[in-house]
Amino acid sequence: MIHFERFLLDNGLRVLVHEDHDTPMAVVNVMYDVGARDEHPDRTGFAHLFEHLMFGGSKNIPDYDEPMQRAGGENNAYTTNDLTNYYAQLPAKNIETAFWLESDRMLELAFTKKSLNVQRKVVCEEFKEHYLNKPYGDIWHRMRNMCYQVHPYKWMTIGQELSHVEKASMDEVQSFFYKHYRPVNAILVVAGAVKTEEVKHLVNKWFGGIPSGEKYIRQLPAEPVQTAPRHTDVHANVPANALIMAWHMDARLEPGYYAADLITEILGGGNSARLYQALVKEQKIFSALEVHHFGSTDKGLLALESRLVDGVNHNDARAALEMELIKLVNKGITSEELEKVKNKTESMIVFEDMSLTNRAASLAHYELLEDASLMNTELERYRRVTVDDIVSTGKNIFREENSNTMFYHAGKSSHA
Amino acid sequence: MLNRKQPPPIQDAAGMELLLPPYEHFTLKNGTPVYTIEAGSQEVVQIELLFYAGLWYEDFPLQASTTNFLLKNGTRKKTSFQLNEQVEFYGAYLNRGCFNDVANITLHCLNKHLTALLPILSEVLTESVFPEDELAIYRNNQLQRLNINLKKCDFVANRLMDVYLYGEQHPYGRYSTAEAYETITREQLVAFYERYYVNGSCMIMVSGRLPADLRLQLEACFGDLPMKGKLPDERWHSLLPAQQHTYRIVNDEQGIQGAIRLARPAPNRKHPDFIGMQMLNDILGGYFSSRLMSNIREDKGYTYGIHSYLHSHLHEGSWHINTEVGRQFCEAAVTEINKELILLCEEKVSKEELDNVRNYMLGGLMGDLDGPFQIMARWKTYLLNELPEHYFDESIETIRAMTPQQLQDLSVRYLSPKAFYELVVI
Repeated sequence: MIHFERFLLDNGLRVLVHEDHDTPMAVVNVMYDVGARDEHPDRTGFAHLFEHLMFGGSKNIPDYDEPMQRAGGENNAYTTNDLTNYYAQLPAKNIETAFWLESDRMLELAFTKKSLNVQRKVVCEEFKEHYLNKPYGDIWHRMRNMCYQVHPYKWMTIGQELSHVEKASMDEVQSFFYKHYRPVNAILVVAGAVKTEEVKHLVNKWFGGIPSGEKYIRQLPAEPVQTAPRHTDVHANVPANALIMAWHMDARLEPGYYAADLITEILGGGNSARLYQALVKEQKIFSALEVHHFGSTDKGLLALESRLVDGVNHNDARAALEMELIKLVNKGITSEELEKVKNKTESMIVFEDMSLTNRAASLAHYELLEDASLMNTELERYRRVTVDDIVSTGKNIFREENSNTMFYHAGKSSHA
Repeated sequence: MLNRKQPPPIQDAAGMELLLPPYEHFTLKNGTPVYTIEAGSQEVVQIELLFYAGLWYEDFPLQASTTNFLLKNGTRKKTSFQLNEQVEFYGAYLNRGCFNDVANITLHCLNKHLTALLPILSEVLTESVFPEDELAIYRNNQLQRLNINLKKCDFVANRLMDVYLYGEQHPYGRYSTAEAYETITREQLVAFYERYYVNGSCMIMVSGRLPADLRLQLEACFGDLPMKGKLPDERWHSLLPAQQHTYRIVNDEQGIQGAIRLARPAPNRKHPDFIGMQMLNDILGGYFSSRLMSNIREDKGYTYGIHSYLHSHLHEGSWHINTEVGRQFCEAAVTEINKELILLCEEKVSKEELDNVRNYMLGGLMGDLDGPFQIMARWKTYLLNELPEHYFDESIETIRAMTPQQLQDLSVRYLSPKAFYELVVI
């Protein structure tokens, strides 16, 4: 049970406090309701570039990191397709330093030319390191473009192409900031060796005077239901064939999400999972495989990524995979198998909640989704899933017309 | 009116109390030492069995890592699938890992399931059979994975650097080859298992919320096994470091980034300089405001990240600088790295920079002790290196007392560019 209190500042900033006096540390976590899905199609990669700029100094403080380190703190941030999260952990006695730093960059960034120029280059190198200069690095770039026709999950957080980030202008940076980085679009979580009353006082002191901003109303195009299977072939200079498939699934809070999450686990979680046992160990068709889903706020994807044993062709691999999926939806699963994946889910949640940083980020994420108290009750939603739910959700997901398939062919690249 | 230019007052982390909670210790009937940490609010437990069964002990390439990987792929009573299914039914994780000196097998579970799971651990440690079929699958899949990794400039660079530092025949320098995967046999695995696991030197570490009868449970599962506590180490390997210091390699003609690696031999954790070296390492490339990050990322934008590391093995150590940079920036980045090394040798760090890194390190230490597993991890490092019990407190004192002069002396001793191997792989 994770205890927390919640209050709202006059400017709309939502604040959650989770006291834990077993640690001398405190975590200050600021989640902004903006991710790559909120970008313009011609300026993709912007939310993430922006995350870099948030460390380039703010209105009254030239450098974020140095004072944080001086106070004994560590900090970082990440951007997803749905949200952007900034977090710092420091000795609780110095927590005011984190409020001072975080509130100043919520007030106004320094917007220096130097920072923009350098961070554009840094992000380009990040793009190259993770997606371009690596075998199979382009898989999700291509898959997203196939799976989503209109929804902005089409592109990755790093961006659709390098040129979008390279062309980002200072005007665009500023308007992005004032549109999204306002108290009314943020959630602040304070966790650790703190007292709620003291947090109230300090948060009011540092964040209370920041102009509220306008609430961002998200209006994204809904992805139309896929009505025919999609397929693409990629030829690249890699040593082994790969097969990637993705199917549309329910959004994070829709009822089918929980069954889909458990199906992911049944198929690919751990060495006793169905696909690993059947396709890697028994049939020796796949050399490596992984099943995962994106857990995204809007309708997401359940995906299989795999490499084929040398000499196996894509069609045979896909047929063998489909046999396993048919088995799942036609024969169902035993109650023991369902119990296994529910137990795994329970223990995953407990292990995740061990770290103070994780607890703070989870509270913020649940609050952004719906309500932070969901963090304490969501396991119940998993517990309620039945064998029938697994079968009906599986049937719905693994329909031929809902599938997106990529045959990634080993060999020489067919394009520059 | 709030003055935002005025930082709030801070307490120096250097003045805060920092305590590493002590472990409990007892010995099983067969001499196996057990260390425990009781802490945390979640009802979880981690048990790690650590064996002196790393690469240091192998007679054939890949013998140690393959044995370790296949430990849980079948026993006399259960197939690999049955073993995994039983563990996963309880929502538990059974992992294993093989390193240069040691190898381990680790169980994480909700503590209500510990009693049901401990017998599986002892089964794995006494009755593993290493089926031929499991070895064949592992071999084929690893061969494919190796071929993929060989396309990556960072992977290729890391392997080469270890060879330069230690020599190809040394366990710390040896790397996996297709030939080694093709020639490793089941008999070699069984022999290694018998000697270094079944009859090997083991140390058990348990942390989390512990059952009251933990000792009885451990005695029942492990106390009668032939394994024992630490034996004298009869192995020795001689170093054969490379003579040539500078290398430029093109692994991929189409590559758009280069992996830059600089490294030199350095003392390991047992050396009195080590704590000072860690401070110096942070200043050089160990945290976000380090010299290398500030220059090569935040000023020049050549890279997404540049980091320096100390590698401390039980018998040797080394100091590394790693980064991936745009192909056209490689030589400029190497020049800047060398400039930063020279600067640390020639000029003392300022008091401000030193205070900054001091507080960052001490605050980080406080944060690292977040929960029972992290506390145990720290003790594990100390126990493995046979460091005195008060090592943690002494480290804190060393960090608190470090001066710019001492850091410069360490720089002169360890950071002269000519002592480094320098490699770029595109």
